[in-house]
Amino acid sequence: MSVFPKGDFYTRHFQPSGKEETLVVNMGPQHPSTHGVLRIIVELDGEYILRCEPVLGYVHRMHEKMGENRSWVQYWPNTGRVDYLHALAWNWAYAGAVEKLAGIEVPERAEYIRVITCELNRVSSHLLWWGAYLLDLGAFTPIMYAFDDREEIMDMLQMPTGSRLTYCYYRFGGVSADLSDEFLKRLSRFIPYLRSRLPMYRDLVTENVILRKRVEDVGHIDEDMCRRYGCTGPVVRGAGVAYDVRKAEPYSVYDRFDFRIPTYPEADAFARYMVRMDEIEESLKIIEQAIATIPDGPYLSKSAPKPKWSAPKGEACFAVEGARGKITYYVASDGGRTPYRVKLRSPSYCNLSCFAEAAKGVILADAVSILGSLDLVIPEIDR
Amino acid sequence: MNISNWTAPDPFVTTPDMLIRLVVGLLALAAFVGANATILVYVERKVAGFIQRRPGPFEVGPQGILQTIADAAKLIGKQLVTPRGSDGFLFWLAPIVGFLPVFVMFLPIPWGESTYVVQSDVGVLLILAFAGFGVLSLCLAGWASASKWGLIGAARAVAQSVGYEIPLLLAVLAVCFSHGSMDLMAIVKEQGGWPWQWNVATQPLAFFIYFVCALAETNRAPFDLPEAESELTAGFHTEYSGMGFGLFFLAEYANMIVVCSMATALFLGGFQGPAAPGPWWFLLKVYGLLLVMMWMRWTYPRVRFDQLLNLNWKWLLPLATLNLLATAVALKL
Repeated sequence: MSVFPKGDFYTRHFQPSGKEETLVVNMGPQHPSTHGVLRIIVELDGEYILRCEPVLGYVHRMHEKMGENRSWVQYWPNTGRVDYLHALAWNWAYAGAVEKLAGIEVPERAEYIRVITCELNRVSSHLLWWGAYLLDLGAFTPIMYAFDDREEIMDMLQMPTGSRLTYCYYRFGGVSADLSDEFLKRLSRFIPYLRSRLPMYRDLVTENVILRKRVEDVGHIDEDMCRRYGCTGPVVRGAGVAYDVRKAEPYSVYDRFDFRIPTYPEADAFARYMVRMDEIEESLKIIEQAIATIPDGPYLSKSAPKPKWSAPKGEACFAVEGARGKITYYVASDGGRTPYRVKLRSPSYCNLSCFAEAAKGVILADAVSILGSLDLVIPEIDR
Repeated sequence: MNISNWTAPDPFVTTPDMLIRLVVGLLALAAFVGANATILVYVERKVAGFIQRRPGPFEVGPQGILQTIADAAKLIGKQLVTPRGSDGFLFWLAPIVGFLPVFVMFLPIPWGESTYVVQSDVGVLLILAFAGFGVLSLCLAGWASASKWGLIGAARAVAQSVGYEIPLLLAVLAVCFSHGSMDLMAIVKEQGGWPWQWNVATQPLAFFIYFVCALAETNRAPFDLPEAESELTAGFHTEYSGMGFGLFFLAEYANMIVVCSMATALFLGGFQGPAAPGPWWFLLKVYGLLLVMMWMRWTYPRVRFDQLLNLNWKWLLPLATLNLLATAVALKL
């Protein structure tokens, strides 16, 4: 007998429930449908899942602790790496929290630039989710079309931000570069183009009977469950609750735009699917209004902090609506060079926690479908 | 294959002829299957590329035509890993069991008027009997590899193949009933050259059922559940490396050709065509069906396991039975 006990902490504490003929399987950390290093220990009875337990921490990068060790400005690149698919929302949450703490004014043009780029990033995130989700369901082709459209968005966002995935574009009191005329021109060409693609996606994919059978009536996450686990974003909107931070506690200039919060009361995977597909259209609507009314002016406030700046004493909390739900940054300062405390509230973490309950008693293939419909980004869960 | 020949009083007159025919035929079929798998993998990847708006294989050779050969060389050169805890003998027996019977299934297929290996009264039965080996190989592979994912894949493979064999059989039987023969050559010859003279015109439902079941039997998407990669990583062949995986791959493509050949012979008039009947018509129809199979794979999502079985037991099986009964009644009248 070995000195070291068999298995790790989690497998030792996840023993078969005593029933015969059950199988304890590790789904992940290397599994094609967990999209990263998420590990789910599953107890299977044939094809049915008796119970399951997500295990986290494989890509823990200590974003909160890092915040306490670097200066306010040095922390910027970290924000783009929490959720690499909707990096600008995390940028915005950090900017918003510090601006609130220090009372920094943001020029109006900068607010519009933030809205345009953040919504564009949301569209790209939803497109990627759409492709990856269908890949989970066994359809290989849609992800290629999604990447095709997303490529255009990344090319555009590359112009002002200089990067393609982990953006670090926003600054305290504005953004780091102005939107060029070329960007705006290209963007106004792109919106009708993507609108013309969406009906094709609906006809070919959403209306497909096999897809419908795979997502309808699967993975019920209702209002009560969302409340208990703190689910936000498309998960709660798919449960019929019209909760969107952009409307519930409007920040920036979102109150000037006319857009709808798509909700579906079915509370299944298909409802969450439809919420995201509708959100792409709503985001396009917001971008369209923003480019029509974007004012001239500076893109960075005159009083924007210099690199060695540190925030005044105090604390602040700021929430934005990310592609996956409510993103909150809490920052506390004791007036020193580094933040005293940085706390990140990531929506994927809360959305994942309801998985164990939602996946109880379903078929293995449905668990994959539920996991995909939550739109998890693993680095965001582990922070 | 006339059985009476085998029991003829003087075996030296008839047997060498048959033997030569079999050996030459099997060699030709081995070459055909090997070459065809190479071509089909390339075609599949090009079709996938076309559907997904990308060029597909492009680098090795002009338009990437040497890509499959490069892949095959890579597979042959790879180390064969036997996982710890697995049953080594059964583990390596499985891909061979999966691959060898496929050759036998090619024997009674009538490629042309005179291009065939054996003409047998029970050709259809021969193909269906040897098709049963496929599921044995998947079951062995999943069981022997001592992997939980492999085991689930094997269990799925058994449930799926056993279930779908029944409506497939019933659909084929309906055609055999209407021709009063299980000889593929006779069935082909009774059909005419034009599409409305083919069996698909008289037995459209049987053709539909046959094709759906053929997709399931060959584990092609949307019924590729035994190897559903997003659920079971790779299902029954999770643990196979190098040519172990390569043989499963080869067997899948060879099986695709078999089911499409059978569909061509049974439903699409075989080598008969509007003009100049010959093997070219047969190959044209086979490749047409293969393209449809590829098209479906790159278009549809995968069905769920219970839906797959429900489709079989609640829809295809009763429909196939009704179709068979209707055929029998129509023949009687």
